Amino acid sequence: MLDLLSGFIVELRRAGLPVSLTENLDAMAAVTHIPIEDRAAFKYALAATLVKNDSHWRAFETVFEVYFSHRGPQYNVTDENMSDGDLEQWLQEQMEQMQQQGDGSGGGDMSPEELAEMLYRAMMQGDDALMRAMARSAVSKYAGMEPGRPVGGTYYLYRTLRNLDLEGMLDRLMEEAQQDAPEGLTDLEQRLEREEFQHRIDELKKEIEAEIRRRLVADRGVEAMAKTLRKPLPEDVDFMHASRDEMAAIRKAIQPLTRKLAARLARKRKHKRRGPLDFRATVRASLSYGGVPAEPKFRYPRPNKPELIVVADISGSVAAFARFTLHLVYALQAQFSKVRSFVFIDGIDEVTHLFQGEEDITRAVHRVNTEADVIWVDGHSDYGHAFQVFWDNWGTEINPKSTVLFLGDARNNYHATNAWILKEAGKKARNVFWLNPEPRSYWDTGDSVIGDYGAHCDGVFECRNLRQLETFVDHLA
Amino acid sequence: MTAIETEPRFGDVPTVRQQLQDVDYLADEGIASVVFLADRLDKPILVEGPAGTGKTQLAKSVAEMIGARLIRLQCYEGIDEAKALYEWNYKKQLLRIQAQSGEDHNWDELHDDLFSDEFLMTRPLLEAIRAEDPVVLLIDEIDRVEVETEALLLEILSDYQVSVPELGTIEAAQIPLVFLTSNNTRELSEALKRRCLFLHIDYPQLEREKTIVLTKVAGITDNLADQVARIVRSIRQLELKKSPSVSETLDWARTLVLLGIQSIDAEQAKETLHILLKYQTDIEKAYKELSD
Repeated sequence: MLDLLSGFIVELRRAGLPVSLTENLDAMAAVTHIPIEDRAAFKYALAATLVKNDSHWRAFETVFEVYFSHRGPQYNVTDENMSDGDLEQWLQEQMEQMQQQGDGSGGGDMSPEELAEMLYRAMMQGDDALMRAMARSAVSKYAGMEPGRPVGGTYYLYRTLRNLDLEGMLDRLMEEAQQDAPEGLTDLEQRLEREEFQHRIDELKKEIEAEIRRRLVADRGVEAMAKTLRKPLPEDVDFMHASRDEMAAIRKAIQPLTRKLAARLARKRKHKRRGPLDFRATVRASLSYGGVPAEPKFRYPRPNKPELIVVADISGSVAAFARFTLHLVYALQAQFSKVRSFVFIDGIDEVTHLFQGEEDITRAVHRVNTEADVIWVDGHSDYGHAFQVFWDNWGTEINPKSTVLFLGDARNNYHATNAWILKEAGKKARNVFWLNPEPRSYWDTGDSVIGDYGAHCDGVFECRNLRQLETFVDHLA
Repeated sequence: MTAIETEPRFGDVPTVRQQLQDVDYLADEGIASVVFLADRLDKPILVEGPAGTGKTQLAKSVAEMIGARLIRLQCYEGIDEAKALYEWNYKKQLLRIQAQSGEDHNWDELHDDLFSDEFLMTRPLLEAIRAEDPVVLLIDEIDRVEVETEALLLEILSDYQVSVPELGTIEAAQIPLVFLTSNNTRELSEALKRRCLFLHIDYPQLEREKTIVLTKVAGITDNLADQVARIVRSIRQLELKKSPSVSETLDWARTLVLLGIQSIDAEQAKETLHILLKYQTDIEKAYKELSD
């Protein structure tokens, strides 16, 4: 048990969770009070002692599933020592029970049709135990898992789901629900029913996924599985390679992050009451002490409230990054005296007005994508042309108070760079920064011209995930 | 860890859950396990989650369940030792000095006398430590205090003791159950988190929310409660500034009951949306969503 637990904790640390020694000891103490057989309670006990941040929950859950997957009475029905044949038998019995008048096809293999029918019944009634059994049965039937075969779990998942045709299932469920209602369903009821079924289907998918994982763990061993399943925490996910689920996780994480950041910045402002030493005033005050500077005078604090001009590339791969940065910047609007934003691909357009008078930042960001006029010729990034237009139209508005922020990977498709614009902008602005969502090692490879631009910037930062973005914005405001 | 041995308050996890239900608090497995564990390990619980999901209520219900007195410290920005721990009653001390001034001046005696229990005003934290009867200490909205002030709590949270320089260390007569709640407006310090068990209370699952509505709202039908829970879940899936919390769900359910509605249709739902949602943009969004 001790070994298992320490392995578990090591894996948590590898996944990026900060688990301290005290917490480790607490977890050890906790498990002496809660029997491992009570799987849910056991899981929460471990979580309470080890996970101190809600956004780490998913990572914890994955590791937990791997380490403690086939333990616990909840899985009695689908116990490891129960062979597939027994399972089928059990399902058969269930089915007969359900149909009552069952024609009793008796023994033998269940045909795919029967299986589908069963599953459909289980979904209709929301029977959890049956659904779990179905998931297991479906995996053994369709996934075609073979020991030692070096393919990922997603492959098995795909095979199983393809055979189950869950999309068709949803439609069928809806139809049935429609017919069952005495005078048809209203729009609202239909919506609610659909959501309920969708929820059940999602549950089933999760169950199938867990089942596949259980089998893979049994086949390959805990350590190997934990390694392949290791997922980065939301704040460490790469913007450019995030999957759809991860994107959703980032979007969820950005909200509390902006709130915290805003609170921190406001607090910083409030606490720094003293400005730098005012030399002239100090010398003048020293005259009344016979020239001894006994009373230092300080300048009135001038909070650093920059005017921010954001120029963001919103083409293909970097779009997500630009969106998050805009989101963050606008959520912190109060910390800047003014924010103006421009987006470009090969043409450039000002989008400040989309954010003004719009309370809902998510919607504003969405409107940026649909309404901004950013295509000039072919819709491939052309930094040179975009900057040229920017400079001609809005260049005069850069002043010594403004900080210019360029966002993009500087992949210019071999067009002219027009790097001189950044140089000129740098002369007029207080600071020019460039944020690049690509890993540093890719810079200046292929058509990336970040070096040309970077030479004229006060700083070029790698900004691949939320953590780095947060650090930068903190530093900026 | 302290040397004080206390009898465990609870038998096992299902009992905790059952007992909480008896005082009308519907705990899920996670909540019950953590409460159980907090008692066994003598550790405080840090409860985090969106507003209005029953974080404070949990502490109140646990207090009711074990028949303990609830001592509550409401945190705010600028709270200090004098408000949280203890304070010397200096007015009374002054009176004491003045009363003495006519007689002989024996400074040593007076000094010892001045800093005795009589002049100590206990504040919630010290009170919880010194209580002889069973207490539950609730430190509400801990995220509102500054990071520096957090340190004030560390001694009491890990060792259940308070050091008063003039009196020495006051140790707990019995270990109270401690709940800290946080709305997560800022990151709490590592030191604090390490000393606590962490419990995240999220919006409840459909079934649980329905049961909550059924227990808390008098005279609601099963059908209506089910509809309420489903519509609320549907609204929570939208991207809103502030999702409806459990307390808002309850308000909404009560309103529907008062209006004598047996079964909600889209129109009625839209008309009463403002009870569920507090921002105009959110209301508009949900309104639009329910229309199509």
